[in-house]
Amino acid sequence: MSPIHDQSYRRYQGTRQPPGRGWAVIAWAGIRNLLARKAFLAFILFAWIPFIVRTVQIYVVTMYPQAGNLAPINAKMFQDFVEQQGSIVFFITIWAGAGLIASDRRANALQIYLSKPLLRLEYIGGKLTILIAFLLEVTLLPALLLICMQIAFSGSFAFISNNLYVIPAVILASLLRVIVAAFTMLALSSLSKSSRYVAVLYTGAIFFTEAVYGFLLVVTGSSRVAWVSVSRNMDQVTDLIFRHAPRYETPTIVSVLVLIGLVIVSISVLERRVRGVEVVK
Amino acid sequence: MPDASSVIVLDRVSVAYGKQAALRDVSATFPTGAVGLLGPNGAGKSTLLKSLLGFIVPSNGRLEVLGMNVADRALEVRARLGYMPESDGHIPGMNAVMFVAYCGELAGLPRVDAMQRAHEVLYYVGLGEARYRNLETYSTGMKQRIKLAQALVHDPDLLFLDEPTNGMDPKGREEMLELIRDLAKNKGINLILSSHLMPDVEFTCDHLVVLSKGKITASGTIQDLKGPAGRLFEVRVKGELAPFIAALHAAGMTSHETDEDVMRVFVPGDRGSAGEDQRRICEIAVTSRVQVRHLKASLPTLDEVFERAVGES
Repeated sequence: MSPIHDQSYRRYQGTRQPPGRGWAVIAWAGIRNLLARKAFLAFILFAWIPFIVRTVQIYVVTMYPQAGNLAPINAKMFQDFVEQQGSIVFFITIWAGAGLIASDRRANALQIYLSKPLLRLEYIGGKLTILIAFLLEVTLLPALLLICMQIAFSGSFAFISNNLYVIPAVILASLLRVIVAAFTMLALSSLSKSSRYVAVLYTGAIFFTEAVYGFLLVVTGSSRVAWVSVSRNMDQVTDLIFRHAPRYETPTIVSVLVLIGLVIVSISVLERRVRGVEVVK
Repeated sequence: MPDASSVIVLDRVSVAYGKQAALRDVSATFPTGAVGLLGPNGAGKSTLLKSLLGFIVPSNGRLEVLGMNVADRALEVRARLGYMPESDGHIPGMNAVMFVAYCGELAGLPRVDAMQRAHEVLYYVGLGEARYRNLETYSTGMKQRIKLAQALVHDPDLLFLDEPTNGMDPKGREEMLELIRDLAKNKGINLILSSHLMPDVEFTCDHLVVLSKGKITASGTIQDLKGPAGRLFEVRVKGELAPFIAALHAAGMTSHETDEDVMRVFVPGDRGSAGEDQRRICEIAVTSRVQVRHLKASLPTLDEVFERAVGES
């Protein structure tokens, strides 16, 4: 006869992990939670269609070099790919990022998180990791795989050795888009309890700055005002990374400073908003 | 000064929200066991708990929990604490067992252990059958229980319970208090129960700290605060008071006059019945030639202790 299982409270006799790994627990739980949504998973798969198209392009050009006149395989192709993924970055940022902190604020979860042996930095780090992981999965990962495809189909490292800067450029350009988007979205997410409102806010921020740029371009007739648009700044810095001539008259250093400023403001917002207690003065 | 039998030491702690002082130069020692933190709304109870968790940095003073300074070792302190907040709180999109296991992992338990403990703790708090339900479908009482479960999953040495029976029906409240009492009396977990409900504190705690307007106005064991064992009676008599009072004192009783026309007579000891004590008071009145117009038992309650402490009497 088996003994009756004791369902009373028992003291824990096992080992405990030292503090410092909370961010990984948060990140892993968030990633699993998003992957469990079929629609999101489908969109992530959809985000790889441009990769498949580019892979076919590389294959065709490698097999039939004359096709390279129409769709050449060069550093610009990789830059175009990273920039094209920008629209997918936009949608995934909204889908995966809008609720990251807003939902926790709505459910009063911050006090639960921060009553555990967890730094605010770890909480923010965990949430950032969720978003950055998905964004890198649709930008950096396919871009690097494209380079691998080029090497595999051509059977040589000639392209890479002739364009040594392409790999670091792909990494830098992808990280630039991902980090700016992730920090901005997380900061906006910490400002509200509604993920829908955050999504609207983020969309508004991107399109509003774009509209302001369009207006100023018409008024001034110069692309020197491109620094007001987040996406134009990213394009401008991407040109610098891929060693191409800047497409706008705005000094590239200004675009770099605007993007750095955006990340710093986001960090400052997060520092103020992610607290275990909300003090209403 | 801190000693082995204290879990919390507060040394001249002040907390302010802008210009509004929430805690004013508070010094106290919380002993091991179950301590009730009693006070009216806005007295500073939740502020004190949040300061002990490191959520709020005091403008002045030192907080020590389980022998560790909160300012220097907040993470280590929180690793050994369990916190059941006053307001509802959960992680969106999770069922109960996922939520509690997740909290266990955040508190440092390995994943397998956290999951095992989550099941055990959910059974313990009475949510075993509902552990796979999404938290957003839980009733108020169930939400209180799940908050207790997440606070317990990592087996803390000290538990902060902030208004744990808020919004619960009488049966649920009784069960919650039984759980808290069991944790304190049988499971060896120290706990601080913050409440404005005196029966809750009286049922579960041995010690009491009363906060009012950001200051500690009374602290000690509940027994001590309620006074020595004995019975208290409200007495109103007609006639010469002096001989009656002298006779009461001669019989070992004490008397205190109140603002009203009523005196309070304390009969020490807890032998015999209240009726016997009343008969003795009447006999003394007869021998002292005074008429008893009013005689009613008035046991010292925690309410009176509380009212005295917060100056509401």
